[in-house]
Amino acid sequence: MLSFGKIKRFSALTLLSVSALPMVAAVSAASANAAEEVNIYSARQAFLIKPMLKAFTDETGIKVNVIFAKKGLIERIENEGQNTNADLFLTPDIGPIYDIVNKGLTQAVDSPVLEKNIPSQYRDPDDQWFGLTTRSRIIYTSKERVKEGEIKTYEDLADPKWKGKVCTRSGKHTYNLSLVGSMIATHGEAEAEKWLEGVKANLARKPQGNDRAQVKAVKEGVCDVALGNSYYFGKMITNAKKPEQIGWAQSVNLLFPNQADRGAHMGISGVVLTKHSKNKDNAIKLMEFLSGPMAQYMYAQENFEFPVRPGTPKSSLLDQYMGDFKADDMSLATIAANRSKASKLVDKVGFDN
Amino acid sequence: MSSSSTQPTPMAHKPPLAADTSNLVSTDSHRRWFFSALVVAVLVALPVVSVFYLSLFPSENIWSHLAATVLPTYISTTLILMIGVGGLSILIGVSTAWLVTMCNFPGRKMFEWALLLPFAVPAYVIAYVYTDLLEYAGPVQGALRRFFGWSSYQDYWFPDIRTLGGAILMLALVLYPYIYMLARASFLEHSANIQAASRTLGCTAFQSFLRVSLPMARPGIAVGLSLVSMETINDFGTVDYFAVKSLSAGIYDTWLNMSNLGGAAQIASFMLVFVVILITLERIGRARQKQFNSSDRFKTLERFELRGWAAYFSSLTCLLPFIAGFVIPFLLLGKYAYENFNETWSEEFLIIAGNSFLLSATAAVAACLVGLILAYSKRLSPGRGLVGVVRFANLGYALPGAVLAIGVIIPFAAFDNGVDSLMREYFGVSTGLLLSGTIFAVLFAYVVRFLAVAHGSVESSLAKITPTMDMASRSLGLNTFQTLVKVHLPLIRGGIMTGALVVFVDCMKELPATLILRPFNFDTLATYVYQYASDEMLEESALGALLIVLVGLIPVILLSRSIAESQRTN
Repeated sequence: MLSFGKIKRFSALTLLSVSALPMVAAVSAASANAAEEVNIYSARQAFLIKPMLKAFTDETGIKVNVIFAKKGLIERIENEGQNTNADLFLTPDIGPIYDIVNKGLTQAVDSPVLEKNIPSQYRDPDDQWFGLTTRSRIIYTSKERVKEGEIKTYEDLADPKWKGKVCTRSGKHTYNLSLVGSMIATHGEAEAEKWLEGVKANLARKPQGNDRAQVKAVKEGVCDVALGNSYYFGKMITNAKKPEQIGWAQSVNLLFPNQADRGAHMGISGVVLTKHSKNKDNAIKLMEFLSGPMAQYMYAQENFEFPVRPGTPKSSLLDQYMGDFKADDMSLATIAANRSKASKLVDKVGFDN
Repeated sequence: MSSSSTQPTPMAHKPPLAADTSNLVSTDSHRRWFFSALVVAVLVALPVVSVFYLSLFPSENIWSHLAATVLPTYISTTLILMIGVGGLSILIGVSTAWLVTMCNFPGRKMFEWALLLPFAVPAYVIAYVYTDLLEYAGPVQGALRRFFGWSSYQDYWFPDIRTLGGAILMLALVLYPYIYMLARASFLEHSANIQAASRTLGCTAFQSFLRVSLPMARPGIAVGLSLVSMETINDFGTVDYFAVKSLSAGIYDTWLNMSNLGGAAQIASFMLVFVVILITLERIGRARQKQFNSSDRFKTLERFELRGWAAYFSSLTCLLPFIAGFVIPFLLLGKYAYENFNETWSEEFLIIAGNSFLLSATAAVAACLVGLILAYSKRLSPGRGLVGVVRFANLGYALPGAVLAIGVIIPFAAFDNGVDSLMREYFGVSTGLLLSGTIFAVLFAYVVRFLAVAHGSVESSLAKITPTMDMASRSLGLNTFQTLVKVHLPLIRGGIMTGALVVFVDCMKELPATLILRPFNFDTLATYVYQYASDEMLEESALGALLIVLVGLIPVILLSRSIAESQRTN
């Protein structure tokens, strides 16, 4: 891109071709630099966070600009360097948080509000990242075919008695990689590999679809037990638009695994402040807002995620189906650090093949 | 015009075209074209160079792990996918193109344009649609269960759409139009004379197809096939949804799950090398073929009149891909869009559709201009190393979109930060990001990604103009630019138009690069659809998907007209 000037001399046509582009470009770049703004690069779908962002703007008058893409935004922040327009980076998982912090693209936030709102296991000891919501990776069991107490732990999924009866999405999906990462942290790599092989041997079908699709498969009799994140249950059982999903949800029980030992595996969605944030004050305000009572309540209401903030009233649905359970308090950083190992284990046992 | 200094051609064994035009050299203007083309080609090649550069810095060596575990699967899956999609696309595209061009049967006129319509449907959308229809809970299996009284999954067997075979079918249904389009253009160009000759020599319709039309259309089919192959190899949406583990799955896994962008870039580079080998093999295969059209090629052709079974069979052959690739997805999306119209419609849609339209139109014009500069310069200065550079610049098409986006981010950000630090140093002002995160970045990515389409289209039209035209024009005193505008452009108008329309539709559907490179609060129809579709919320995304198809229809219909007209007006 260095030599637009030079081209001019060479040919009128060249000039035309290059100058046709920025005409439209000028229209777009506008929004980044006005006074009261905060800019988010988000790896979470925009429609999931829109209600909270709107509430923030309504309350503070600060405009929130968003770009959503599941991948590539960390690289964008990295290359844009000190000129990046991103103030905050939102993620649906600990994995990308771990990557962006490790690349040194974040900065610590010293906020008593965040410290008060977010329990210590859901934020970085060095204040580089903060969890906003949690969810558990649970086992959905068929009401018809699985008796209570028949399956109790993640480890049980590898028990040969479930041969041909287990469903899950791709082993490479970040939620499953986190779970495998926690198995590696608990049992060591060799044991985790054995476990993964056992689960693989029990699969009813090649891993496919999202978490909802697994519950649906239980309903359809493809399998008896399935792995899935907890909030999908809420999304299905309240789905007036697709009533068949209510049927899927009604066909399963929710099992929070490993209640007798370490507890159910937890994931977070979270946020970081970029190192070169231009609207730092506004960005921290938004972080505090998202960890505050209103946004936390909305997360539970709208997305059926668990609020991180202690004492936030959960929705009645969460209370009814996902009341008290024991959550694994394993360090999320450990789980994230095991992600690459987990991914290789998935390859090694041919989990997705 | 300067004196024509006859430059010795460095490569003595060049085909006649090369030798002839370079003898006309007016050194200055040729040099200008040459350097313009070189600069443009290098700019367009930057993202691919960036990816190669990235591949030098893997966070760890990925290959021993891959080779010991999933690499064989990735490679065999990718090969089967490419052969399957390519083969099926040729089967559908060539047979239907020949039928509607050379034969008469019921519905022929409608099929001429209808067969192009599946091109407007994005591959990921057709994948969602057919999964929705054919899965266990879908209407097809539901009806079967009710009809036969089956009650559960275990009672019967039904083919699973989410398989390698399913992915091949889905991709072929929306990609065959590339081959249809190019094969049809070839058939039209060669048709009248040669077909007449073949009939005089006693060929039946089918013999004439096998022995005359097919060999002559081979260059066109080959170009179409290479586009289909590159689209297939860079696809992620469909294969991911169908849990098919191709090389692009490996790229994203290495990048995102193993935090190894360098390793991912290595797999992408490996894929590019693979594509280069394929294309080179094909070129070697037809290196000796060279075809120019004589002036009386556009006589109205007499079609074979098909009757009885042959006619029905032809109609059916054309009807099937049209129904499966367009009618069914269109109706299902239409149904969902209608049912959810009140919840999903908003004023926003107009802006988003406008974004898509403007971006795609600008990108189409830009890609064709760049393609024209490259193709014409190559014609003027053959054998000066431009060919290699241009081929390299065309490789962007084979990169998965998200990887291409990273390839765009790197040089753009480097430029922005370079300018910024210079300005800070000398003038004490910060210019911030000038190009990164603007629509220009998105447009640039579109041009890089789809240049292969525009360039291929322009180049093949240009190649059909006999060099005697250039000589005549130049000897009458026109310079290179005037020759291009007054002689070539009118002749290749159809080719440019085709290229522009195809790029337009491709841009309407483009997703991964747009997602990553776009400015704040900016959506195209594709990104809007994606945020719901990626959560398997087909109903919410249906209206947007329908709009992509509808806006895409306009150019597709124009395209079909321009192909048909090229026959009449020339």
